[in-house]
Amino acid sequence: MAKTVVMPQMGYDMDAGTLLRWLKQEGDTVERGDPIAEIETDKVNIEIEAFESGVLRKTLISEGTTVPVGEPIAIIGAADEVIESVNGVGAPAQATAATAPEPVAVAAVGQAAEQAATQAPPTASSAAAAPPAPAPSATNGAAPAEAVSGERLRASPLVRRLAAEHGINLAGINGSGPHGRIVKRDIEGLLTGARPAAAPTPTPAPAPAPPAQPVAPAPAPVVAPAPATAAQPVAEGELVELSRIRQTIGKRMSQSFQNAPHFYVTNVIDMGKAMDLRKQVNADLDDDSKLSVNDLIIKATAMALREFPVLNSAYIDGKMQRHASIDIGIAVALDGGLITPFIPEADRKSLGEIARMTKDLVGRARSGGLRPEEFTGGTFTISNLGMYDVESFIAIINPPQAAILATGAVTVDPVWNEETQTFEPRRVMRATASADHRITDGAEVARFLQKLKSLLEHPMALLVG
Amino acid sequence: MASTLAELEEMQREAAKGASRASGGMREVTYRDALREAITEEMDKNPNVLLLGEDIGAYGGSYVVTRGFQEKYGRKRVIDTPIAELGIVGVAVGAAMAGLKPIVELMTINFSLLAIDQIVNHAAKIHYMFGGQFTAPLVIRTASGWGQLGATHSQTFEGWYAHVPGLRVVMPSTPRDAKGFLKAAVQGNDPVMFIEHSLIYRNRGLIPDGEYILPLEGAEVRKEGSDVTIVSWSRGAILAMGAADELEREGISSEVIDMRVLRPLDIDTVAKSVAKTNRLVIVEESWRTMGLGAEIAAAVQEVAFDDLDAPIGRVGSIEVPMPYARNLERIIIPGKDEVIQAVKATL
Repeated sequence: MAKTVVMPQMGYDMDAGTLLRWLKQEGDTVERGDPIAEIETDKVNIEIEAFESGVLRKTLISEGTTVPVGEPIAIIGAADEVIESVNGVGAPAQATAATAPEPVAVAAVGQAAEQAATQAPPTASSAAAAPPAPAPSATNGAAPAEAVSGERLRASPLVRRLAAEHGINLAGINGSGPHGRIVKRDIEGLLTGARPAAAPTPTPAPAPAPPAQPVAPAPAPVVAPAPATAAQPVAEGELVELSRIRQTIGKRMSQSFQNAPHFYVTNVIDMGKAMDLRKQVNADLDDDSKLSVNDLIIKATAMALREFPVLNSAYIDGKMQRHASIDIGIAVALDGGLITPFIPEADRKSLGEIARMTKDLVGRARSGGLRPEEFTGGTFTISNLGMYDVESFIAIINPPQAAILATGAVTVDPVWNEETQTFEPRRVMRATASADHRITDGAEVARFLQKLKSLLEHPMALLVG
Repeated sequence: MASTLAELEEMQREAAKGASRASGGMREVTYRDALREAITEEMDKNPNVLLLGEDIGAYGGSYVVTRGFQEKYGRKRVIDTPIAELGIVGVAVGAAMAGLKPIVELMTINFSLLAIDQIVNHAAKIHYMFGGQFTAPLVIRTASGWGQLGATHSQTFEGWYAHVPGLRVVMPSTPRDAKGFLKAAVQGNDPVMFIEHSLIYRNRGLIPDGEYILPLEGAEVRKEGSDVTIVSWSRGAILAMGAADELEREGISSEVIDMRVLRPLDIDTVAKSVAKTNRLVIVEESWRTMGLGAEIAAAVQEVAFDDLDAPIGRVGSIEVPMPYARNLERIIIPGKDEVIQAVKATL
């Protein structure tokens, strides 16, 4: 029995995902757990794994398409299984992609042809012979009527009737009506037999089925979605769509900066002892466990927060929500964005655990391998730009958190020593807390920074906290 | 009343523009003259036809439909009544049962509320309760509409009467329909609520030369189109035509249906149109809640559900008592823009 793969919901506020690329092609054998596609959510790129073994019989949306959560995106079935009401599947291929039937008549026949073409191991030559005739891309997911189960589709009564009459599978068709409702114009191309692109309606019907493209030399995965950072020629005045992660960051930061009255408190912390401790400890550790300055800051911050529960809480609709655990988020810079995975119960974890977890989280954040539950949450955030030689900066609160800590580099400053009446070179770090004035005040944040300072300046406490 | 009338007529001039000139076998008349022709033709032909109403004789009627009729037909056939709507309709029901053909004029549909017991409990039920031995084939002419008439005189109650079995309810928008329907109402055997509109009496339109009659049923496609069906009646149908013209310029093709007869409702014509356009917008000057638009929408989805590509749109007036102030009144009553918006929402 063929099974449908749907766009998964990764994180509770995800309502749609973009299919970045298929990692398996139609006709490929998949094992349960094999990654079959990579999708982009608001925050990260995630691989979708097959939940069953079989053959990837049909991909229902094309790369780059964004579909709502729950929308079918692929069908996995047995290799020889007849997927119901697909015209001509399993039957001898009466037309092949290479012979390219008249574009006007492709709806049904072209469908079968495409199926046949992709089912049979596509040789580079047979597919490559086709280029002048773009016919195979015509099919608009007009595949199985019944094979797809699950989420209720939104379709107008008219569309449902026409789909039944013409044997059109509505799964995989993007609705252009309100709330994603499939309306007549979305399936018009399938009714007339004309290719969707040739349909007269201004709204082009999406073509979910990827063309039976020449799969020859280079399998897809190598090509990354190309973050816009590469030095490409800039077209003057060109308007570029923001990535989803950029949009999400923009939305959240605007909301925070506009709604939460921020104030900022800075403290200068003498990091000498902490740096010595780190050096001492790291001497005996393998690379995976080595402590970074950031790990010390995370531990110290988490311990300090124990005494300042207000700063570890959230402002929600005029109320303060307290958190039982101290989950420290760390801002990780990505190409074209930022994400904050967090260390749960950081105050109770040893420095070693924190170090290992941080390395793992940062690594996976950069490779796109974070799970939503690893970055959705966190009760306090630390943003560290020390590695970029930043002396100090202020950060915007990560909503709905109460505060965020921005730390700069450890620098050597002349510090006045009262006893010796001289300036001494000291390794210091500036830490700036941004806090939400709706639930806390300057004095409280100042006391928190004092505590943090004290912990980092007497770092043995971090080993036993 | 007179000053208000002058203002009303001022407002109508706009709507009257663009009516075509007379051509072979047809001539151009106003809505008001079409009504006058229907009444005189029927009175000339049938001595049992008589008129009853407030100020219809010496004064000539609030909307000047019966001017000169008392001089022509005498006080026995054109009767100025006291201001007592229940009594007027009661007398007319009795006269109709006894074989006369009364045409009652109720100054506006707002005042018909005073006569509603006679209309609903008597006129509509005589035929049924007497097993057909008696009928009450009276015609009640009355005017819907608005135009700085205030909260109690600006209402649109056609839906109230269209609710009642035993009545025919007609609401013509053109001179041609007005004349043909009124003659049918007078000649027919049913009690008829014949609802005019205070803002279209001066509208001009072509009517056939000579006598003609239009059966009291059936909607009419006023304009063919392919993208959306707009349904309305009375002045609303004129509004719909205006909206359709503007939509046409934007490349949206609307089919406009004038319901004309509100009981019995011709859902068939609407359903056929929806089968073509797949989209429907209903325009009424009345409040939407429990209104005719709701009934049409419900009836259409029963027979044409599988033809609908979008939820049925409804345009109505804002649900408040009508303010007197003109600027507020213009906000309350739906205009072209609201119709266009509702159409676009279905596309």
